[in-house]
Amino acid sequence: MKLIIAIIKPFKLEDVKAALAEAGIEGMTVTEVKGFGRQKGHTEIYRGNEYTVDFLPKVKIEVAVADEVAGKAVELIVKAAKTGKIGDGKVFILPLEEVVRIRTDERGEAAV
Amino acid sequence: MRITSAYLRPILISLFLGLLCSLGVRGESAAAAPVVPVALAPTVEQRLASLEAYLANTDPTAALKNARGEIPPGLTTPSAGVAGPGHNAWMMVSAALVLFMTLPGLALFYGGLVRAKNVLSIMGWCLGITSVVTVLWWAVGYSLVFGKSFDSAYLGGSEHFFLKGVGGAPNPNYSFWVSHNVFAMFQLMFAIITPAVIVGAVVERMKFSAVLAFTVLWVLLVYCPLAHMVWGANGLMNGLANPAASIKAIDFAGGLVVEMASGWSALVLCIVLGPRLGFGKTPMPPHSLVLCMVGTGLLWVGWYGFNAGSAVAADGIAGNAFMATTIAAAVAAGTWAGLEYYLRGKASVLGFCSGAVAGLVAITPACGFIDATAAVWVGLAGGTLPFFACTKLKGWLRYDDALDVFGVHGVGGTIGMLLTGVFADVAINGNLATHLSASVGRTLWIEQLKGMGVALALAVGGTLAIALVLRATIGLRPTIEAEQEGLDLTDHGEHGYIYDASNI
Repeated sequence: MKLIIAIIKPFKLEDVKAALAEAGIEGMTVTEVKGFGRQKGHTEIYRGNEYTVDFLPKVKIEVAVADEVAGKAVELIVKAAKTGKIGDGKVFILPLEEVVRIRTDERGEAAV
Repeated sequence: MRITSAYLRPILISLFLGLLCSLGVRGESAAAAPVVPVALAPTVEQRLASLEAYLANTDPTAALKNARGEIPPGLTTPSAGVAGPGHNAWMMVSAALVLFMTLPGLALFYGGLVRAKNVLSIMGWCLGITSVVTVLWWAVGYSLVFGKSFDSAYLGGSEHFFLKGVGGAPNPNYSFWVSHNVFAMFQLMFAIITPAVIVGAVVERMKFSAVLAFTVLWVLLVYCPLAHMVWGANGLMNGLANPAASIKAIDFAGGLVVEMASGWSALVLCIVLGPRLGFGKTPMPPHSLVLCMVGTGLLWVGWYGFNAGSAVAADGIAGNAFMATTIAAAVAAGTWAGLEYYLRGKASVLGFCSGAVAGLVAITPACGFIDATAAVWVGLAGGTLPFFACTKLKGWLRYDDALDVFGVHGVGGTIGMLLTGVFADVAINGNLATHLSASVGRTLWIEQLKGMGVALALAVGGTLAIALVLRATIGLRPTIEAEQEGLDLTDHGEHGYIYDASNI
């Protein structure tokens, strides 16, 4: 199993969600986050006082999937979240040791 | 025939009734005349002239004077000693508008510019100042400014302490047609907003108790004397109304008393207090420019009461002040934002707001004396010099005038006072011809400079003394922990915003 963590532009969330749903992946956890990579922040000026805003708002999506679906899911996320401009974000793929569905005590791929 | 009689009947009836009435009146006067001596009554001409004085905003008793310029004892007219409804109505509206500038205009304008943890603090200051100054004004303040028992060019008198003798009849020293109590309340609103303007420089880092103590001392020691000097009938610098004034300066709505006094006092107070914790290192951006913009709109509208109301009448001079105020504010707002666009490519909302307020400040002393074109010039200057004071000068000198009270009110008021001396025009305000015909359009600006020097010295000296005394006694600043936590919680025990009920 894999845990896919994708950091994307906030306005791309709906596209990514729809693309994953089409592939049958319907569960995810979404968090509003802030960060920066190569895309620099911006400067705000209030009556001559300059403030550099380094951390830009992003959305973090976490999806747990079975190994055979992982490649397809990553591909869909990348395709849906791409604008081609700096700041599109990143996808991290991590090995996932165990999953438990709390309601039924199911474990492993049955639970993802 | 029928038509004629239908017309004739009412005429005949009214003729009959008219005759009856005249007989009755005749009979009455014939019977009364020998018993009661004829009372001293104004002629119809005199009564008409008294009423016309209402239209011209002049003295209703002037028409009663005889050839020697005296009013015969016992002679009066129904128009004397009463408030003129139109003038009185406008002044009550104006007073309410000026209060509206503070509550909530200034509270929102300032509140939006501070960080979210201090938004209630500045609003609490505006409310606290309103309460404290109102009580002070009732007790002694009004009398110290507009009384005359001290017979002094520097301070009023004690005869109106506790608003004694301040009733519905006009006080002819200041207005022939506006109730004395309305005039006193109108002036109170100026005394409220002035300290409220000052404290914008020291937001986020002054104790609530220190703000209130400062307000009491500042109003007594700086505002009252200065307002008497500028607006008191026998004031030192009241060039418009006092022929004996040593400095024949003019200030229509408070360029000296409100704007310069608050701006320069703010500069001194913020320097004595020192910068906010983390100033220059931690970002301190405004938490809501939306509130700030709403506040700006309220200030602008309220300023019509402040400026046009300062005519103390609903007359043509008030109309001119209304026009000049509008023009200068709009021009200055566009100028400030235009400079931003020219210098860095974006016209900001805060730029429009700051420019509008700076323009309103600059036109304040001038609005009742200058024409529309001069108002454009005042707007241009009011949008330009404060812009550079806020965006450049403050950065060079490194003082933490948090909300740019000095940059906007100090600099804007100073330039406005000077330009008033340059542009004042007898054709706009005929009162300028009474005592100032020799200087208007020539040397008036020199008198303005002298007045500005006195106001500046009093504001700087008075504020410095008060701030140092308070710092040595009750202390000015909150604890470092309180400042970090935010004054909303530490001074008032409240949060401005509760987004998430689970955080309570």
